Formats: sequence, structure tokens, C-alpha cells
Amino acid sequence: MFLQLLISGLSFGSLYALIALAMVIIYKTSEVPNFSQGEMAMISTFVAYTLLGASGQSFTISFIGALIFAAILGVFLEFVFLRRAKDPNILSLILITLGFEMILYGFAGWKWGADQRDLPFPVSDFDIINLGPAVLSYLNIATLLITLILMFILFVFFKYSKVGIAMKATQQNAMAARINGIRTNRILSITWALSSLIGAVAGILLAPIATLDPNLMLDPLLKGFASAVLGGMTSLVGAALGGYILGIIENLFGGYVSIEFKSVVAFMIIVLVLCFKPSGLFARHYVRRV
Amino acid sequence: MDMKRDYYEDIQLLDSKVLWFWFLILIASLIILPFLIPNYYIYMVNYMAVNVIVTVGLNILVGYTGQISLGHAGFFAIGAFITVLSMTNLHLPFLLALLLAAFVAAFFGFILGLPALRLKGPYLAIATLGFGLAITQVIGRWQIFGGRMGLEAPGLTLQGLFFSGGSYTLESDRQLYFLIIPIAFVLTTAARNLMKTRVGRAFIAIRDSDIAAETMGVNTVYYKTLAFAISAFYTGIAGGLYAFLIGFINPSSFSFILSIYFLTFVIVGGLGSIFGSIMGGITMTWLILKLDKVQELPYLGDILSAFSERWMSVTGFPNISSIIFGLIIILIVLFEPLGLYGFWIRTKIYWKTWPF
Repeated sequence: MFLQLLISGLSFGSLYALIALAMVIIYKTSEVPNFSQGEMAMISTFVAYTLLGASGQSFTISFIGALIFAAILGVFLEFVFLRRAKDPNILSLILITLGFEMILYGFAGWKWGADQRDLPFPVSDFDIINLGPAVLSYLNIATLLITLILMFILFVFFKYSKVGIAMKATQQNAMAARINGIRTNRILSITWALSSLIGAVAGILLAPIATLDPNLMLDPLLKGFASAVLGGMTSLVGAALGGYILGIIENLFGGYVSIEFKSVVAFMIIVLVLCFKPSGLFARHYVRRV
Repeated sequence: MDMKRDYYEDIQLLDSKVLWFWFLILIASLIILPFLIPNYYIYMVNYMAVNVIVTVGLNILVGYTGQISLGHAGFFAIGAFITVLSMTNLHLPFLLALLLAAFVAAFFGFILGLPALRLKGPYLAIATLGFGLAITQVIGRWQIFGGRMGLEAPGLTLQGLFFSGGSYTLESDRQLYFLIIPIAFVLTTAARNLMKTRVGRAFIAIRDSDIAAETMGVNTVYYKTLAFAISAFYTGIAGGLYAFLIGFINPSSFSFILSIYFLTFVIVGGLGSIFGSIMGGITMTWLILKLDKVQELPYLGDILSAFSERWMSVTGFPNISSIIFGLIIILIVLFEPLGLYGFWIRTKIYWKTWPF
């Protein structure tokens, strides 16, 4: 029982970790929590679904197609809406992402209706490996592996690639980065594309477990935020660990305490962390700009 | 023109004779309105009044105190469910049930206000988002709230407003009008009055800079939680009225999207203005009801239906209202951050100084 809960907790947790990573990357650069993250991932998943079903492409091609679409969507949001805000304060930026969220939600509902669909995924949740007291499905393995690989790529990207280092520079001090010859606007667009892409991976991995409809990402969005808050909103490692911790806590709570209140866990964690340790569990200090 | 000569002039509820004149006209027209318009429009006015209450309540929090909330659908749901439940299970009279529900909502607002003391902007948005989602989930899972099926509002009687039981039923929209409009009127006037007092000025000071406010001796702990509680109180009352307006409530109608709708009302009306809230609530409710039947619009409806059949799905057609709301939010933020109220002020100044 415990082992089983742990496995599914890790599996869900890795999805939360991906969403949290996507949010933290944006938050560090633009200082705005991206409320449209979930719907962007949802639309990208629907794009994968359409490529698979209507155009009859192979899974790899539709997967890549969806990722490209997600990247374009991220750039679109940044370039068309956020950059146009004249003197952006936090409220107006949040409102723009909320507005974009509504547009995407409405569009998905209009285009694909409220029917629940299944995304045909090459790895099944029903092929299992027996581990004695618990079972591990191939889908669990795939989710865990893909997430870890993606995290490793991100790590290398931020550590060694020129673009990654430029992103870090922009996050730390946009003005200084500009003076040093970094086109911060372009870096900002790339950041949004990257974040949207990571979110899309989470959406596509989530679709076979959940059902694909416009509400797919509404709940995971909150979980992603909770994980990001747990990790302190500004730390990539913290966000990833936060995702796993949240996934495990939530599953254990659902298994041992109450399945009805499982989805309240994320909210309670947000409130508790924010009340007692607003810098998150892993960040070192909490700075507030006056 | 609008110069204030002393403090007492500044804190008047209505600061000129002209305003008093329009105020009395408004009361008179609200009284005779239901006898002049057909039934469907009375329903529309009731709906508008409920949304105006929410908008005023949310504006006290977002516009005046500067604390963002993405969880007001949660307070709205608390108001609706507690009102209905305390009438059916505890047999309370309606007005008492409504007050009870509003105070329960205010209590939750107070609770939510506590983390808000340490949070700013994005963190607060996340916490309130979590609150809204959690409330809907709990209500949807708990059997006492009717689960996924929801609850039906009990019949309302005239005596039942004050005592339990009674015979003369309030069912038609016209009768509900005389229940909802006075409440909306009193609450809106009270909000305008509140903003002219010490409390309102404290809210505004916190919005402009909470550190500066604290240095000046404003008790930010007290006033921030108070703003949350008042805002939740308003929303709770609106929720209770909404339950009887619609006659049936289920958890799925109090989703995250509803919270964004409420926020849209405030943004469209104008942050930090009671008059703006009224305008925002009225226009956006009208828009919602129009968009529900977008197929019936002349010309545009046909074009959109054809487009939707050719490229989109037919069942998802009503989702077009989400798209339009999203666009409205973004366009208002980008081009008219003060909303309808800002537009109104600019027009007024333009004509006052015309032709210069």
C-alpha cells in the first residue's frame, strides 16, 4: 500500500515538478505567475491529439509538432500581449495572463467541445511490472524517465549553453544584461517558449492518466503553483523537489486520511508554506522589493 | 468647480445638490421600473443587481485595498450553499439565513486574510486561487452540500423573510426584485459611505503603499483582514441572493472561471470606484446574458454559427463568451486601465472644458 502510494505519488509528482519548473522559469524572468500555463499545456495536448487523430501522424511527429506549437504559443503571449503593457504592474500582468487563459479555455471548448477524449499514448498504464507489494506501470516509468531526462537537459542548458547563461543573466539583472550586449527582449521570448514547451510535455504526459477535455489542466495548475511555492518560486531545483514532495504528500494523504479532501492538500500546503516560510523550503533568503 | 472647502464637505455621502437630485431620481426609477418592463428584463435587472453587489465587494478588496483575489467564487459558493442549507436544515427565516451565510463567508475571508498579511501580488493571487478551487472541491465531494448534484433553493415566502413558514410566496421575478434591489441598494450606498470614513482611507493608504501606511500609524493587520472580511461578506450576500434568483445551485457553477468573471466586472468598471463597479456589473451582466444567446444576434449570429459548423464543434459554441471575456480583460488592461469609470471621467472633463 505504502509503496504503491509512493510510486504513484512520484509519478504525479514529476508532472507537478514539470509544471512548477515551467512557472518558475517565467517567474524568475518576468516576475509574473503565469496563470495561463495550464491552458497553454492543454491546448498543446489537444494539438498533439489532433495531429494523431485527424492527420494520422505518428506519435513522435505529433509530439514534436505539439512542442513546436507550444513554443510558438509562448512567444505569442509574450510578444503580442505582455510586451504591449505600458507601465506594467503586477496586477495588470496577472490580468493579462488570466485573460489569455480565458481565451485559450474558450477556444479549446469551442474547437473540441466538452467531450472527454483519450489521447492514444504509445506506453500503456496497464502493462505492469510486479514489485511484490506494488505494481509499476510502463507509463509510470516513462513519465519518471522523461521528466528526469528533461530536467537533466534543463540543467545542462542553464549551466553550459550561451542562451541559458544569458537567461540567467536577464533574470538576475535585466539592465546589466542589456549593457553587456544581451538582447533581453529576445531572451524573454525564448524563455516563454521554453516554459510553454515544458508545460506541454507535462500536459501530454498527464493526458493518458486523466481525460482530455478543456478542464484537463485546471487542477494540475494549482498543484504546479503549490510545488513552485514549496520550492520558493525562484529556485529551479526547489520547484522540482517541491513537485515530488507535493505528489507524495498528496497521495499519502489520499490513501491514509481522506480521499475527499485530497485536492485541498495543495491549497493547505500553499497557505502553510506562505505563512511560515514564504521563501520556500529550499531558497536561502526572502527578499521583498519595496 | 469641485473644490472642497473643509473636511466635512469631503466626507459627505453625496457632495453636491446635483448628486442628490440624481440620487432621488435613481430611487424613484428603481421603484417604478418593474412595472414598466417585461418579466425577462426584470430577471436581467435582478441578475445585474446580484453581480453589482459582488463587484462592489470585490472592488473594496482589489480596487481600494490593493489585494488581488482569484477566489471570490469560493465566497459566492459559501453564501449560496449556507443560505440554502440553513433554511432547509435549520429552518431559519431567509434574512437571518442570508446574514448567517454572509458572516460565514466573512469568517472565511478573515481566515484567508491572515496569510495575505505576509503576501504580496503574485503569492496572494496563488493563495486565493487555491482557496477558490479548494472550496468548490470540498462542496462537490461532501454529501451535505448535495455533492455533484447540487441543491434546490427552497420556496420563499413573505413571512418567511423574517419568521419561518408563511403562505404568501415570492416566486415571480417581480417579487424577487423588491427583495434583491433594496439589499443591493443599501449595500452599495454603505460601501460608498464606508470609503469616505476612516476605514476607507486606511484601505486606500494600504493600497498605495502598505509600508508607508504602517509608518503613519495605520494598523495594517487589522485593516487588511477587515478588507477581506467585508469583501467576502458582500460576496456571500450576493451568493445567497443568486441561489434564489437561479433556484438551483451546484458546485460546478462556482468554478475558477467565475472568479475571473468577477474580476472582469471590477476591471471593466474601473478599479477603486463604487460608481465604476455599478457600471461594470451592469454592462458585463448584460453582455453575459447576450452572449448566452449569441446565435440569435442578427447577422453576426449566423456568420458565427456557420463558422462554428465548418471549423469548430457545434456543442462548444457557448464557449465563445470565454474568448470574448478574455479579450475584454486584455484590451482593458492594455488600453483603458481605469475602465469605464476612467472613460466617464475623461468624457466629463472633456465636456466641462469644451471648447478648450
